[in-house]
Amino acid sequence: MKITETLLAQIRAHGEATYPEECCGLLLGKSYPEGNQVQALYPVQNRHAEQRERRYTIAPTDYLAAERAARQQGMDVVGFYHSHPDHPARPSATDLAEATFPGYTYVIVAVHQGRADELTAWRLAADRSRFEPEAIELEAESVNQP
Amino acid sequence: MSTTAATVTIRIPTPLRGFTNEQATVEVQGTTVGEALAKLVEQFPRLKPHLYNEEGRLRSFVNIYLGDEDIRYLQREATPLYPGAELSIVPSVAGGTH
Repeated sequence: MKITETLLAQIRAHGEATYPEECCGLLLGKSYPEGNQVQALYPVQNRHAEQRERRYTIAPTDYLAAERAARQQGMDVVGFYHSHPDHPARPSATDLAEATFPGYTYVIVAVHQGRADELTAWRLAADRSRFEPEAIELEAESVNQP
Repeated sequence: MSTTAATVTIRIPTPLRGFTNEQATVEVQGTTVGEALAKLVEQFPRLKPHLYNEEGRLRSFVNIYLGDEDIRYLQREATPLYPGAELSIVPSVAGGTH
């Protein structure tokens, strides 16, 4: 995926703000054959009913609202992000079991003791068997703001 | 309740547009939500395994919205359609560390 340092900083800040609970949100931008370009974030509340320090849920109604907001700005929902409080930035068995469609970018940020640490990006394999790492390509700020 | 097929629009999530010739929306005809979805996967067969499981039921993370309403709170796939209705395919996104 392509993304700016500013947007990555916003993901890290969201993860620190909700610590020790997981944060979550949607990545808005454009989808190209060569990969997703993230142009904006759509932070949402973690709607998991309990154990939000180890689980997150994005409500379908929040997804719909994000999709509409994206469309109004000529963008699409191209992926999601969430934090792993005091846990590595690697997809868990739960992340794989709950995975949706191959093609979305899944960003994970580790937050250790309240401070954002490693940030990684992943994509579900076409056969849904695993998450594959996705390279994070930093973009210049000026060309990327919606 | 009308039994005449209505023309409805189905919104396709970004990653699935590779299976719909890059169309963000697809128009189909159907009297019910189930019928409209069947028409969609008939027209674009490669979509089917992403929306339905091996038993032919909608995957658990796949939600179908008629306008702003989850069809689970209407009549599920038997929900009748009206002309100009908009169906959205909305994934349930979840996960966690354990």
